[in-house]
Amino acid sequence: MKQVTQFIAAMAVGVTATLGVPPSYAETPANVLVIAHRIDDITTLDPAESFEFAGSDVSRNVYGKLVNFNPLDLSAGYEPDLAASWDVSEDGKTITFTMREGVKFHSGNPVTAADAEFSLRRAVILNKTPAFILSQFGFTADNVAQTIVADGNKLSITTDKKYATSFVLNCLTSTIGGIVDMKTVMANEADGDMGNSWLKTNSAGSGAYKVVSWKPNDSVTLQSNPDFYKGAPAMKRVIVRHVQESATQRLLLEKGDIDIARNLNPEDIAGASKSPDVAIDDELRGRLMYFSVNQKHPELAKPNVRLAMKYLVDYEGMQNSFLKGQYTVHQAFLPRTYLGAIDDKPFNLDIEKAKGLLAEAGVDGFEIEVGVREAQERIEIAQSLQNTMAQAGIKLNITVGTAKQILTRYRARELDMYMGAWGPDYPDPQTNAGTFAYNPDNSDEKKATGLLAYRNAWDPGAMNQAVEDAVIEGDRDKRKAMYEAMQRKHQMESPFGVLYQKIEQTARRSNVQNLKVGGAITAVSYWPVTK
Amino acid sequence: MSDTHLSEEGRRRSALFNRSSGLLKIILRTLGSIIVTMVGLLAITFLIGRVMPIDPVISVLGERATKEAYDAMFIEMGLDKPIVVQFLYYLWDVLHGNFGESRLTARPVIEDLIRVFPATMELATIGTIIGVFIGVPLGVLAAVKRGTIIYQIIRVVALVGYSMPIFWLGLVGLLVFYGVLGWVGGPGRLGIFYVDLVPTVTGLILIDSILDGQWDVFWDAVSHVILPASLLGYYSLAYISRMTRSFMLEQLSAEYITTARVKGMSEWKVVWRHAFGNIKVPLITVIALSYAGLLEGSVLTEIIFSWPGIGSYITTALLSADMAAVLGGTVVVGLVFVCLNLFSDLLYKVFDPRAK
Repeated sequence: MKQVTQFIAAMAVGVTATLGVPPSYAETPANVLVIAHRIDDITTLDPAESFEFAGSDVSRNVYGKLVNFNPLDLSAGYEPDLAASWDVSEDGKTITFTMREGVKFHSGNPVTAADAEFSLRRAVILNKTPAFILSQFGFTADNVAQTIVADGNKLSITTDKKYATSFVLNCLTSTIGGIVDMKTVMANEADGDMGNSWLKTNSAGSGAYKVVSWKPNDSVTLQSNPDFYKGAPAMKRVIVRHVQESATQRLLLEKGDIDIARNLNPEDIAGASKSPDVAIDDELRGRLMYFSVNQKHPELAKPNVRLAMKYLVDYEGMQNSFLKGQYTVHQAFLPRTYLGAIDDKPFNLDIEKAKGLLAEAGVDGFEIEVGVREAQERIEIAQSLQNTMAQAGIKLNITVGTAKQILTRYRARELDMYMGAWGPDYPDPQTNAGTFAYNPDNSDEKKATGLLAYRNAWDPGAMNQAVEDAVIEGDRDKRKAMYEAMQRKHQMESPFGVLYQKIEQTARRSNVQNLKVGGAITAVSYWPVTK
Repeated sequence: MSDTHLSEEGRRRSALFNRSSGLLKIILRTLGSIIVTMVGLLAITFLIGRVMPIDPVISVLGERATKEAYDAMFIEMGLDKPIVVQFLYYLWDVLHGNFGESRLTARPVIEDLIRVFPATMELATIGTIIGVFIGVPLGVLAAVKRGTIIYQIIRVVALVGYSMPIFWLGLVGLLVFYGVLGWVGGPGRLGIFYVDLVPTVTGLILIDSILDGQWDVFWDAVSHVILPASLLGYYSLAYISRMTRSFMLEQLSAEYITTARVKGMSEWKVVWRHAFGNIKVPLITVIALSYAGLLEGSVLTEIIFSWPGIGSYITTALLSADMAAVLGGTVVVGLVFVCLNLFSDLLYKVFDPRAK
């Protein structure tokens, strides 16, 4: 289906070239931002439940958090938002936030420590999909009354043990850290759901925008909050329309009927970039492409075999051909822009070196099965791996299947090799370190299927401790250094071959300024946008 | 005399009773067949939903869910129960008007269907009107002008409409009529600035805007619907004109047509009164099926034109294992087919004396 779509899109591009792209006939109003985006993944707008990309885009603009990222300087890390400051107790377990004065919710209610207490307790009690981001600190429905406590203008949160402050604060920048208007939410409670049903389709925040409407698979409309504490946004209204097709998005953009197209494919990016009215922005996102090999396989368990396979990848070739503009070579488990990310690229396609390593391991060719989900780019990567690995005597038999088929076998440790993608859950290095490099109990009985290291039957050994140490290191710089060292070791020893990091290409009308889609660590921000 | 009168009255009553009981039987038989069809449809869809290679639990929790979370959700979704029990629970809810809640939209499925079906209905109805009003005369003309250049042109037009991928036609149509010429509105049911201006009464924007007296909204809606509806109309036209031509050719070669011509009847009367009069009944079936096909949702057209209709609703739900939405959509599509079948049966009785 995707091939057909691509073919048709290419045809449309061809026809465009033949007929000539029309001049723009219209422009959207100066204070309205119109975006074409695929928003069919939104299942809820409740920050305690939302865990999808398009939902995070809405939430980031609607809800303030205790700490947050500055969209115009994401590399600076978290900074105060609804909390003006914070202190950490001597034992490192309690963080006390002092709330910012004078901030109001969209309803006009003041933002208080009690609202923050309610919001975080609520997220833990509701225990929806993203709740693990908070519950990993020991918060449970039974103990939140003692561990998340408001007192006047202050909110204290007490974790079950000492964690790096940066770890806790990074997690609070996630969607689940959104502070909701307690009075409004509880006024809409039904059957003890803490307002969950109502908040799925409504909003009660203090952010730059409030939700006017969300029509599934159709549109999301946001209205600016004139009392936003950072100043009223220039865009009074933001309208996000669900436009599935890349070619349709491009047409709308070139006609001037929209300001931003979020999902153009490489062909349409190339075509749109020729228009003088359109500019293309590249931003690194958090998604990684990787392959991994099962340590239950006798050949794949040999360190030099694992290493050799990382020299049997045509990193540059794929980047410059079918992945052009969409992915960039990246070989470590933390996406660039994350705390502790490294840009080391120790591997390149080197058949002779790989052969030497295989010979050292006493291996003279073998045959394995690689499982791939039915996504075009993944299949193409697997085919490239099949080609280059065959040159060193490793025969890959590609099994393409649905998510259910492939993931079920991957989680059950049945695949020799897996070729797939991974996206971080929250903007802290622990999100990936805790799965790529952590597996304290490698036994089959443990069934820690959520951990990538477990799925590959890999015992990281001393790296387990390194991950645990990094999680509690209070000094941000030391912590950063720990992750850097961990990744360099992981690159050389682990059964994971990280290949690429996702690039998101956004096409915008040239007059749209300051649009940031959130990099690898957060979602899009509309409030700095001007036209 | 009196006995005779009574017996006549009795016969009348008896005849009336027989007619009433006959009508009752027909109604009961029709209702029975609808119920059996719908239950069968639901059962098959339910079964397909359970065996297709999408894990509903992973769809909810994501691929990195722990085994504990996975197992808990598996039970919460009722997947631990035998499939027959799951189906019976679902059927019970449906019988009580509860189609469940869509996991994707966080809304009751019935609410979603009320929103998406009118969008498709608007598109399909205009498409079918175009298809019928152009397709039928073209088909008749092709049959009458058999062997001429007109016949060949109509054949090619129909063939192109029938064989050209609607996805491609849609993209090129959008590019030419919206992108280059600017004659029609872009994707979506309305321009951005007309959305939500008209209160929803029927869900059909063309009707609602008239009811509200918002003529600028009406004309904007017309400019948006005309291109996708014309494409569907072309597709429908191709089918209807081919079938009309085929039916007409059969009739025009019949002996009674020759007799009519020998009698000196005008060609207009021969064609339209006699030949066309006899193809009305099969043509009704063709049009009804064509309309039903469009009402089912033209997924590709809806995707290209960002048309929030039932086709894309069911497809998105299916790909995300949102089975409540899929089953709800299936019920609507099934009902559409059943109702259109009944309607065409009714029209048979109007147009065909033998069916009375």
